[in-house]
Amino acid sequence: MPTEYEPVIGLEVHCELKTATKLFCGCRTTFGNEANTQVCPVCLGLPGTLPVLNEKAVEYAVKIGLALNCTIAQYAKMDRKNYYYPDLPKAYQISQYDKPLNYGGYLEVPLKEGIKRIGVTRAHLEEDAGKLVHAGGKAGRLDSSDYSLADYNRGGIPLVEIVSEPDIRSADEAYAYLTELKNILLYIDVSDCNMEEGSLRCDANVSIRPKGTEKFGTRTEIKNMNSFKFAKQAIEYEIKRQAALLDKGERVVQESRLWDVTENKTKTMRSKEEAHDYRYFPEPDLVPIILSGDYVRKIKDQLPELPGAKRARFASKYGLTAYDAGVLTADQELAHWFEEGAKHTKSPKGLANWIMGDMAAKMKEQEKELKDLEFDQKKLGELVDLMEAGTINSKQAKEVFAEMFDAGVSPAEVVKSRGLAQVSDPKAIEGAVDKVLSENPNVVADYKGGKQGVIGFLVGKVMQASRGKANPKLVNEILKKKLDA
Amino acid sequence: MKNEVLSKTIHEVSADLKAKKVSSVELTKAALDHLEEIEPKVQSFITITRDEALKRAAEADQRLASGKDVTPLTGVPLAIKDLLCTKGIRTTCASRMLETFVPPYNATVVEKLYEAGAVSVGKTNMDEFAMGSSTESSFYKKTRNPWNLNCVPGGSSGGSAACVSSDQAFGSLGSDTGGSIRQPAALCGIVGLKPTYGRVSRYGLIAFASSLDQVGPFAKDVEDCGLLLGAIAGQDPKDSTSADLPVPDYAAEMKKGVKGLRVGIPKEFFPAGLNQEVADAVKKAIVELEKQGAKVEEVSLPASPYGLAAYYVLAPSEASSNLARYDGVRYGLRVPGENIVEMYSKTRAAGFGPEVKRRIMLGTYALSSGYYDAYYLKALKVRRLIKQDYDKAFGKVDVIATPTAPNPAFRFGEKTGDPLSMYLEDVFTVSINITGLPGLSVPCGMSESGLPIGLQLIGKAFDEATLLRTAYAYEQATEWHKQKPALKES
Ligand SMILES: [Zn+2]
Repeated sequence: MPTEYEPVIGLEVHCELKTATKLFCGCRTTFGNEANTQVCPVCLGLPGTLPVLNEKAVEYAVKIGLALNCTIAQYAKMDRKNYYYPDLPKAYQISQYDKPLNYGGYLEVPLKEGIKRIGVTRAHLEEDAGKLVHAGGKAGRLDSSDYSLADYNRGGIPLVEIVSEPDIRSADEAYAYLTELKNILLYIDVSDCNMEEGSLRCDANVSIRPKGTEKFGTRTEIKNMNSFKFAKQAIEYEIKRQAALLDKGERVVQESRLWDVTENKTKTMRSKEEAHDYRYFPEPDLVPIILSGDYVRKIKDQLPELPGAKRARFASKYGLTAYDAGVLTADQELAHWFEEGAKHTKSPKGLANWIMGDMAAKMKEQEKELKDLEFDQKKLGELVDLMEAGTINSKQAKEVFAEMFDAGVSPAEVVKSRGLAQVSDPKAIEGAVDKVLSENPNVVADYKGGKQGVIGFLVGKVMQASRGKANPKLVNEILKKKLDA
Repeated sequence: MKNEVLSKTIHEVSADLKAKKVSSVELTKAALDHLEEIEPKVQSFITITRDEALKRAAEADQRLASGKDVTPLTGVPLAIKDLLCTKGIRTTCASRMLETFVPPYNATVVEKLYEAGAVSVGKTNMDEFAMGSSTESSFYKKTRNPWNLNCVPGGSSGGSAACVSSDQAFGSLGSDTGGSIRQPAALCGIVGLKPTYGRVSRYGLIAFASSLDQVGPFAKDVEDCGLLLGAIAGQDPKDSTSADLPVPDYAAEMKKGVKGLRVGIPKEFFPAGLNQEVADAVKKAIVELEKQGAKVEEVSLPASPYGLAAYYVLAPSEASSNLARYDGVRYGLRVPGENIVEMYSKTRAAGFGPEVKRRIMLGTYALSSGYYDAYYLKALKVRRLIKQDYDKAFGKVDVIATPTAPNPAFRFGEKTGDPLSMYLEDVFTVSINITGLPGLSVPCGMSESGLPIGLQLIGKAFDEATLLRTAYAYEQATEWHKQKPALKES
């Protein structure tokens, strides 16, 4: 019987903070400007220059720590991580080694099986490196290109590196962790989390072990994945690759690997023997970071309600399913939109269905965002209530919604002007029912003979006669009463 | 012929400038002429900035004429160690690596001197990247001791010391990581001060060992030393390690006398093998202080013998990281290679001299995984112990007096073959950098062969005022600072 393996996965996420200026100098952090236009002697590491810590970056980093349930260090310090690469102008990165700002936290990730708590080892502050463009040669690699161009605009932008415990057990869990983490970072407004622009990047440490055993297997590190989809694919691939090796009686080599997007494979980047010795030591150009309880408390007080708490509240307060609550809170703006709307309807659940159904579909189709909508929550609430009250039926509601979506008109007015109000007067319906029954004696006979399914045909006839305005529920009830009498 | 005005101190010549007895342009021209005349003998400078100096002198004259914003440094020709960045003027650190490096900014101390109206005549020679005690490791030239041209001026700020000693400039700035101001000041017979770590901004000082480096002045007398310190001291928003403390009026503070001042003598600084002339001169100086009312008592600094060992772990460790940026990618020397790694190694092999390479290797080794605890961490513990010793001693005394260097100036080549003997030059000075305390060297005697000897005074953190006060009282009672070198070989 083949061995069944259990994957053990830990994730390292690099998140660029959206401070106006860099971590140690006054340069702007805007993305996409002409190369080397957002640089100064400090972030170029020119001789004699010194770093000065950006207080806003510390605040944002602490915000992240608090949102991830970390202990916030009272005493933290910056360290130097030494290595040579042309995108690193000082040949060391100012980072944090043994005294990170945040440590010992966790993240609660919603999975199909329920909520899983994944440990957060640490979330520390560091500077980003510049960017290299390798020209000519092959493979876009530094060592085989004809020449390389360096752009230091990104160099020195503040990053927080969030390191998880090896608590993740599948590629799907990894994906869910990343999704939840990104959502939290967006909620607390510390990063734009734009993966295409590289403001969120992820490394994964993957190993496997025979199910039921404790000892970790040899791990590989998949570096620099800039999409959650790639991360999931790369982890899935890596689990399979490692399992195949072990099944063949071979060993997993500890190394760094890269996800090749075109070949859908992970590939060796550098082995452990080539691994850097970073020679960390305390950064002597900066003083330790001492955070008072008061300072941390003030930041804590500013934290918004986080996705997990919002999900739970939406489910209990508005009677939503866990899934619906998840969809509505996946975007802070949408959650807010929903919650405003809930004030204008008797049925928040009905509102949720509209938002996630027709509204989402139409927005996607027309590439609209919430701010582009022609109507507000009050109008959608009105529509929900018209339907819930039975004034219009669902088919009519769809028409009214379409008109409201396109022209921003009030649903009540559409119903009025188009005479759409549903007929819920039993007397009026009874008349129509009687007429249909008398016109279709054969069908009535079939029903009485035991073919109860034909009632649908009769309902249809009544609806047709009322030009769709009759309340279908009422029609059904009256028909049954008369037929069974 | 040397203009006699060049022999004056800053405070004397500043009075002449204010009284319009001489203009800054005249003074600067005289200084430059003398500088260039004797430069073949002394070789203090890597770069002489005549045009720039005359331009600043003309500006200073306008300032003096208007009478506005005139400071004691306005119009006074000074010199700057070639590791302090000067905008538009190349700054080499005496290394081939930075032969072409022209900083686009001024060091904060340079900016402050300019703001005070000072004139800079040039950039002075030094040991490469400030690593050395004789200025012999400079890529460019060997600066010679004005008292005996066959001897070294000390180091690493040898050029800054020699140029003041030989009247090429009225004062200068140097840097001190393990003794690089105090030791050359002692060997060249002038006053040199290493301020408390954090007293003076390090912005624009090209780093050797960031937690030890400090900029400080060289001066012909103690009063000038106080003037220069006052001009460069103070917190700098560009240097997070600079202290947010007020800068005292040193000129007023230093004239208060030493009556009742408690002077500590640490026995560890007078070991059995100490040069007899040095020991005698320093002891005589202490007696002089006692004569003026100071109370002298013995103190103990038991951990200080380990200071040199700790220093030669900490300083190279930081240096190995600080000097890693010289990789040929962005500025300075680049030696092309087949690939990036080859370019790095060829550039660094060609750009750095042997002493710099030795220290980079020492530091890289000490920080390496598996060795960190045994070296770097242990050195940090020693650092803490030494600090505790000084804290304890300063509970009893106000100032500590020791020799600055273990011997007077030595001959060229005498120690270059044996790095350890060169490192021992710093034995009395390094612990002050390790503790961050201020230290000052003031001339206190002459050897039989006519070489100056220095008295080192060590103070409490940020108490440079007491150092200056002690040195001033001593200087007033002696004539050492008035002697001038003959610029002869012997
Ligand atoms: Zn910058």
